[in-house]
Order: sequence, then structure tokens, then C-alpha cells
Amino acid sequence: MDPVSRRGTGTGPGRVLVALYGVFAVAATGRSVVQLSLQASEAPFPYALSALAALVYVAATVGLAVDRPWSRRLAWTAVGVELVGVLVVGTLSLADPVLFPDDTVWSGYGRGYGFLPLVLPFLGLAWLLRTRPTKARPSR
Amino acid sequence: MVVWLQLTVVALSLAVAVLAGVYLVPDRRPDRWLLGLTWLLEVVLVVQLVVGIALLVTESPDISVATFVGYLVGCLLLPPVAAWWARGEPSRSGTAVLVVLGVTVPFLVLRMQQVWDPAWIL
Repeated sequence: MDPVSRRGTGTGPGRVLVALYGVFAVAATGRSVVQLSLQASEAPFPYALSALAALVYVAATVGLAVDRPWSRRLAWTAVGVELVGVLVVGTLSLADPVLFPDDTVWSGYGRGYGFLPLVLPFLGLAWLLRTRPTKARPSR
Repeated sequence: MVVWLQLTVVALSLAVAVLAGVYLVPDRRPDRWLLGLTWLLEVVLVVQLVVGIALLVTESPDISVATFVGYLVGCLLLPPVAAWWARGEPSRSGTAVLVVLGVTVPFLVLRMQQVWDPAWIL
């Protein structure tokens, strides 16, 4: 193997990161499925956000776990959306509780999940930067 | 739910987390003891599923059955997946995956108990 070649995002510490993302992928998907199947009309906005969050966590898990050319871009996109999502939803849920009659993973910056949803995207971005392909073009 | 059964699950899963945490320090891979403990946890989770379903049928409580069964099945899937994911990693990060497993399962059991008995407080 070429020692200068890029490191996969799913190896080393990335292994743990993928495990954490996997837990949230399952948790968010479960929450979303239950919400949508049982009470979809009750709170369409937070429930749609729950579904989006589930999608984002699944995409981030797959993007980080798989080591293919497309997976890195998927991980960047998913983790980026996750960061924006947790910041926007976290702020909105505190500023306007009426908008969120029921919780999403990102409500209150993820306080229902020990604020891990707030920490994870930063870890994800840091890890993606750290494992960036070394053969990338030099910066201008 | 059956409290002693759930306490067993929590104790075993915390034992997995602690043992894996101890293994992290000298940079040890999961060995037969750690994996054995993980599989023991899985066995008790299977028992928990059977007992949980049996209680659902016999007591027919007024709870969200889908959510409850979701937790029962969900935490059952975690140990094999975690063991598989840990196995593919040559560094100590594989061991750390089992720490994540051991810490996650008690939260699922806690949520499961809250679904079973909404009035229940820790």
C-alpha cells in the first residue's frame, strides 16, 4: 500500500465515530418511523425534521464507514447538513417552542441525547479534515 | 417489565464497557473474554425480548407496542453489529467500539422502561 495515500474515514478513531453515528442513525430512524406512522398529522413540522435528521445520520454513517470516492463527499454533505440542522433547530426550538410541540433529535441542541448531536458534527468535520487525501491539489 | 432482568442487562452491558475501557489502556484487542461477555449480553437480550413479548401478550398494557418492540429488537441487534464492526479494526479503536456498545444499551433499557411505564422515574 502506498503510505502517502489517503486514510479511510472508517478506520482508526473513525471506527468509533462511525459507531456513534450508527447509534444516532438507528435512534433517529426509529423515532421518525414511530412519529410518522402513529401521529403524522399532530406536528408535521418537527416530524418532518425528525425524518430529515434520520436521513442525515444514516447518510453520515454510510459516508464515513464506506471508503469509496463518493462516500467522502456524502459524509461532508451529511455532516455539514447535520451541523446546520442542530444549530438552526436547536436555536428555533428554544426561541419558539410553539413551533416544536414534540421533540426532535436536534431540539435544544440535542439536550435529550446528552448534547452529543451538537458535538458529533464537529468531530465529524475534524475527522474528515484530518483524513483528507494527501494528494489533493496544493492550496493557492 | 421485569426489573431484575433489566438490571442484569444493564450490569452486563456496563461490564462490557468497563472491561473494554480497561483493555483500551494497554492497547489490547477484544479477546475471547471481552467477546464472550458481549455474547452473554446478547443472550440476556434475547431472553429480554422473549419475556417482553410474553408480557405484552399476557398483560396487554396500554402502551405504544411498536415503540416497545422497537427497543426490544433494537438493543438485541447492537452487540452482534458492534462485535462485527470492532473486529474489522486492527487498532485499539475496535475495542473502543465495544465501550460505545456498553454505554448505549443501558440508555435503551432506560427508554424501554419509560415506554413500558410512563409514570416510572429513575
